[in-house]
Amino acid sequence: MEYLPNIIFAIILTIGIGYFANNVKKLFRNIKLGRDVDVSDDKPQRWKNMSMIALGQSKMVKRPIAGFLHVIVYVGFVIINIEVLEIIIDGLFGTHRIFSSIGSLYGVLISAFEILAVLVLVAVIVFWLRRNVIKLKRFLSAEMKGWPKSDGNIILYFEVVLMCLFLVMNATDLQFQAMDSGNVISQFISPWFSGFSESSIHLIERSAWWIHIIGILTFLNYLYFSKHLHILLAFPNTYYGKLTPKGQFENLEAVTKEVKMMMDPNVDPFAAPPEGAEAAIPAKFGASDVQDLSWVNLLNAYTCTECGRCTSECPANQTGKKLSPRKIMMDTRDRLEEVGKNIDANKGEFKDDGKQLLGDYITNEELWACTTCNACVEACPVSIDPLNIIMQMRQYLVMEQSAAPMELNTMMTNIENNGAPWPYNQQDRLNWKNE
Amino acid sequence: MSEQLTVPTMAEFMAEGKKPDILFWVGSAGSYDDRAKKITKAFVKILNKANVDFAVLGTEESNTGDVAKRAGNEFLFQMQAVMNIEVLNAYEVKRIVTCDPHSFNCLKNEYPSLGGVFEVIHHTQFIEELISSGRLKVEGDKYKGKRITFHDPCYLGRANSVYEAPRNVLKKTNATLVEMKRHKGSALCCGAGGAQMFKDAEPGNKEINVLRTEDAIETNPEIIATGCPYCNTMMTDGVKFKEKESDIKVLDIAELIADSQDL
Repeated sequence: MEYLPNIIFAIILTIGIGYFANNVKKLFRNIKLGRDVDVSDDKPQRWKNMSMIALGQSKMVKRPIAGFLHVIVYVGFVIINIEVLEIIIDGLFGTHRIFSSIGSLYGVLISAFEILAVLVLVAVIVFWLRRNVIKLKRFLSAEMKGWPKSDGNIILYFEVVLMCLFLVMNATDLQFQAMDSGNVISQFISPWFSGFSESSIHLIERSAWWIHIIGILTFLNYLYFSKHLHILLAFPNTYYGKLTPKGQFENLEAVTKEVKMMMDPNVDPFAAPPEGAEAAIPAKFGASDVQDLSWVNLLNAYTCTECGRCTSECPANQTGKKLSPRKIMMDTRDRLEEVGKNIDANKGEFKDDGKQLLGDYITNEELWACTTCNACVEACPVSIDPLNIIMQMRQYLVMEQSAAPMELNTMMTNIENNGAPWPYNQQDRLNWKNE
Repeated sequence: MSEQLTVPTMAEFMAEGKKPDILFWVGSAGSYDDRAKKITKAFVKILNKANVDFAVLGTEESNTGDVAKRAGNEFLFQMQAVMNIEVLNAYEVKRIVTCDPHSFNCLKNEYPSLGGVFEVIHHTQFIEELISSGRLKVEGDKYKGKRITFHDPCYLGRANSVYEAPRNVLKKTNATLVEMKRHKGSALCCGAGGAQMFKDAEPGNKEINVLRTEDAIETNPEIIATGCPYCNTMMTDGVKFKEKESDIKVLDIAELIADSQDL
């Protein structure tokens, strides 16, 4: 019976991490449903982007208030994890504050954690106020109703509870308080419990300790279902982010092949296609569902934490159009999840459900409102590219469905016929010189 | 217009067995749009004044395909691109300047993988180069102290990170440069990009160009400077909508420089 707590701890830990690992596997599988793209180029620049943008939070601080508060929570999260490591070792081996043996440095570390815990609490409260009391516009858009709104708040509640438990755990640890090193904050909380008997205080300490670690494991498993997944995916996402100038849209290779063939006077248009040529032609041009998008697009969707900076910078959104780049990312993730569940339910095979990303989630109206100005791409603190998805879906609309707005069809016909978007004669192209 | 513009074509150069230093890509707007043609001519005046050895393609130029690509028509874009690249490569063009950030972006970034590799610069970069190399002198006080705000074109700024060249050129006129609250990387689009120029906007509560014009008006400018023919149209319309056309002029940087030197 002596080892019962250790065994229970090991079981809880195994379940917590095991379930999380299972969801990570699902995450990988879903992301890999996307079209393959080569992102193996310029590794040094990619590492640099990741360290600057994700690790260094360089784009977060573009908005100083939210940026500063976020840095606190981020640093708190990263650093307090050292404490989690101690909890895990203690839990598995029945030790108590195993790291305290390192001497005075332990006090310094715990002091830092305690101060961070308080700062995180303050930051999280401000975040909550911004979402629920101040009601910042970007948290109130149409796509933020229901689950996304609750999700945002649940994350904050989780953090409040975890930080409080951490401080209570320290405050009620009489041994730790007696050390009087590292209890910079908890020494002020400790007196709140002075009326309790020693055994009650110990019970509170143990409860806080257990609930804290169970809370952390629960939070870990909550990630997959939440926008909070960004704490992990921001790193790969910034690594795989676009390296070329923002204005450079990739040229579709499949189209290049066809255009080269059309332009080549030596090609016999009636020749039978060579063996294997069928396979080289893609099933469709552009994207109408998540499987047509690249896996980087899908990684983008899982990384999005719905902060709405993209949408608040979008010129179409600011002028009341339906387009919201954040919604494009949220829709992509929702549809991808739906496809993933479909695959789970059908023994690993996707069964056509008569739905797709285009139409059932994202409307033509949203897609045609985009000015391709790259404001959303510039605004994203974790290198998400909503514009890339919008463009692929426009390509599908135009090249597969001929569903461009009428005026655009006129414009394109003009370019085809006379090399200008207006109905002017190509021979008049230099007339300006003499006007 | 008193004096004649000198606008040689690549074909004329070829006939003489010569090649110009740089090709001026006029673009569809610069060739056909009445407002944009003025920008084209102002830029040619600058080229003539600085004795730049340049040529245009004239009737051999065709639309870059940029707007078709942004509309989603990759076929049409690549057809246009391959055609233009054939012409450009036949003339062995190495360096291109254009007044249109959309052509600039397309030629610079999207033509290379289709076989068209050129050094492409925007006219504000070229004017800056002419000034700093001493080939073009910007003197006089015509614009001294005038309040000018520069609207960053998306395809020059965010898309290609060119923010300083237009500002450096403007400063040469001794004007007072005032920045809008959102500028450079956070500049608001004029509303024309992504093929919006050629269609009506989706339902909303405001036109984007009006919103951007309001940004500009906040700086209380005498002139809104642009570096893109489409932005120019959008801002001009915005100023008209706000009934400010008697107080605020919308001018391309090429026009400002040409006018400051009485070209």
